[in-house]
Amino acid sequence: MRMDLIQPFINSADAVLAQGLNSPVAIENLTMEEEAYRRRGIAAEVCLTGEVEGRIIFDVDIQAGLQLASRLAGIAVSETDEELVREAVCELANQIIGNAVTTLNDQGFHFHVRPPVFHTSEQGSRSSEDTEAVVMAFNTSSGSVFMNVALRYQRPSAAQRSAAG
Amino acid sequence: MEKFAPVTRSEDGQPVRYLIVDDSVFARKNLARMVETFGGQVIGEAGDGISAISEYERLTPDIVLMDITMPQMEGIEAAEKIVRDHPGARIVMVSSVGYQENIVAALQRGARHFVQKPVKPEVLYEVIKYVMRDEGTAAQGAGA
Repeated sequence: MRMDLIQPFINSADAVLAQGLNSPVAIENLTMEEEAYRRRGIAAEVCLTGEVEGRIIFDVDIQAGLQLASRLAGIAVSETDEELVREAVCELANQIIGNAVTTLNDQGFHFHVRPPVFHTSEQGSRSSEDTEAVVMAFNTSSGSVFMNVALRYQRPSAAQRSAAG
Repeated sequence: MEKFAPVTRSEDGQPVRYLIVDDSVFARKNLARMVETFGGQVIGEAGDGISAISEYERLTPDIVLMDITMPQMEGIEAAEKIVRDHPGARIVMVSSVGYQENIVAALQRGARHFVQKPVKPEVLYEVIKYVMRDEGTAAQGAGA
């Protein structure tokens, strides 16, 4: 996978998590994954279409999700507020991925981002040669946060390049 | 959360009335808490562009805070439709997707301003004051 597609997601996660949690964030691990994705806890998925196609899954374990939701909402969130925790994780995914998409678009990659959806299945699709996934683990004051990024660059056709000017 | 000098409508000194449009309940709650620290009043919420248009017609808020990426109808299209029927509508786009093309498209279709998520309260406060500059006043000597 092209690293120039990945770097904006690392930078964005670092910046958005640090601002939202008001504490430093460190990247723990970055690995290539060929096996099918396995959900760890509460997950949100965002799909991209256009010159860059694929999906990003933002995933946190339940306890980290509770802490993240409490920090971001400014109130104590309990396990009974599962809907609020899922909403918080989804919104965080939206912000991180949206900021990365902004950087990529400003670098000349043109694509569309779909609204985040809760990722409920235990397992996702297996990565293929042209959509291998990069898994990033971030260490935050609220626990570990994971992002699984599987993107493919679709070179635009001559007609599309010509139409774009 | 930090307290700000209240922004009020200059015509009657009443709180600025907001419609918040975002498909995320969590984001709507956060924005609502934020505008309340500006002395504002949230009079309605919507989760997509189509509901935003009908809620605008029903409530005629002073300001609409509008997300871009939403199901059914996206925020830029909804903003365009609202401004077409209500040229005085004050719509501030609030989105995590803030690339130049998107911002230009939103402004060309009638949005007054753009704020990128994650929203910093002090940034949104300044934008609200700017957008309400002809109609609103901020109390002197308090807050940000």
